[in-house]
Amino acid sequence: MSTTHITINNLKFSRQQNLIFDNLDMKFERGKITVVLGPSGIGKTTLLKLIGGQVPVDQGEVIFNDVSIHECSEKVLYETRKKMGMLFQSGALFNDLNVFENVAFPLREHTKIDEKLLSTIVLMKLQAVGLRGAKDLYPSQLSGGMARRIALARAIALDPEVILYDEPFTGQDPISMNVLLKLIKQLNETLGITSVIVSHDVNEVLSIADNVYVLAENKIIAQGSVEEVLAEKDNALLQQFLAGAVQGPIPFHMPADDYQADLKKVNK
Amino acid sequence: MQVLMHTFQSIGHYSLQKMQGLGLAVLMLKRTLLTKPHPKLFHLFIAQMYHIGILSLPIIMTSGLFIGMVLSLQGYYALVDYAAEESLGSLVAHSLLRELGPVVAALVFTGRAGSALTAEIGLMQSTEQISSMEMMAVSPFKRIIAPRLIAGIIALPLLTLIFNVIAIWGGYLIGVSWLGVDGGAFWSVMQNSVGFSADVMNGMIKSVVFAFIITWVALFNGFHVVPNPQGISRATTKSVVTASLLVLGMDFLLTVFMFGG
Repeated sequence: MSTTHITINNLKFSRQQNLIFDNLDMKFERGKITVVLGPSGIGKTTLLKLIGGQVPVDQGEVIFNDVSIHECSEKVLYETRKKMGMLFQSGALFNDLNVFENVAFPLREHTKIDEKLLSTIVLMKLQAVGLRGAKDLYPSQLSGGMARRIALARAIALDPEVILYDEPFTGQDPISMNVLLKLIKQLNETLGITSVIVSHDVNEVLSIADNVYVLAENKIIAQGSVEEVLAEKDNALLQQFLAGAVQGPIPFHMPADDYQADLKKVNK
Repeated sequence: MQVLMHTFQSIGHYSLQKMQGLGLAVLMLKRTLLTKPHPKLFHLFIAQMYHIGILSLPIIMTSGLFIGMVLSLQGYYALVDYAAEESLGSLVAHSLLRELGPVVAALVFTGRAGSALTAEIGLMQSTEQISSMEMMAVSPFKRIIAPRLIAGIIALPLLTLIFNVIAIWGGYLIGVSWLGVDGGAFWSVMQNSVGFSADVMNGMIKSVVFAFIITWVALFNGFHVVPNPQGISRATTKSVVTASLLVLGMDFLLTVFMFGG
């Protein structure tokens, strides 16, 4: 079995007229936690959707376990997705189902296990994220952080080979954040689950990461193990992002006409 | 010259957009129709029959009653001048079974169920529920679209039948109980003049076609919504307007085809 679980080769993707990725090459190792960091709007969520085959590529390919995600049949794609779990930024829980049924959803769809075993698995997954007590609540009764933890329980319900995390720590209180960090690490160590995390929370994710990719300006600006990336002191783009510095090559402002000229136009 | 070019460009852009929309709608329909029915999904169909059909009953019954009463009242005043008020039953039944029943029920259904379908699917799309379903290897066409499409196609003809029955009863109330038309004549003239295949069945065929159009348009607009509150609101309006116009246009074509010759 190859040590690389997911490979992205020469990927090009643009949305409307905007180029998001150009010649992107990435490798996600089996059983490792790979973190993708980058400023807002760089296309981190899109990257996860590209891996899941939800968005078509302009050029290049995404290989998951020897399956080319964008070239395989729909049947093969759906079979491959059973091996993936994805934690959406918004949680994306089904509004018409309660917490228990949300977590039970993939099990009911893809397995024929009896109700007793199903209930046991669902309660175990909810216990893992600390929300067994919320099993009868509906998504509208949950906070954003709780919804994301329930979504994580649902994502791990089928014990997937890979979990794609989209900003898992946003909106979490410090205790929940640490529990989640521990849980992701545990899933990775005990079940050998490959984890791909896109996040802004640099310090938190680097504490559990094995490999790191940093994206900026439509390309990878740094990659390697955590130690290797942190050692790149000469990389100004990387250092600015890691330090969260206001001044640096990554602009805070979107490209625009001259500020004073714009203001003068208003006052004319 | 530049204005002319710009106009041609706009027309071309608009046409391309519409053709692309039509292509997407056909693709969605194809993927929905190709899904294999599964006994596990039967409860979803029943749930949709409740949401789309049962919950539409009050508005369908109320509008049926009033349409029948108004039709009877207007028909009576037109017929009484020629001492032909005993034909009121025939007039009410023909108008309802052939045209008003299927069309008005379809328009009411569009406003009640079509808009709700678009808003519901649109919200599911904008909150990534459909994306998450796809990522769990569950086809949204099978689980979300198909049960709603089938429920819509079955519910509207049944609602139209109920609409017709209530409307004819409303016509009877006004014509016979209030305006004094002979009850025996009202029913016997109706019975003699109404044909099962020519009137009742043709009306039902219209209703099935309308149901298909309304549900398809509503589901398509919801599925391809711009995922924000304004997008959902626009899609809902677009659904109601497009489906209503298509129903009226299709009614004309079907009437020409069924009764024109």
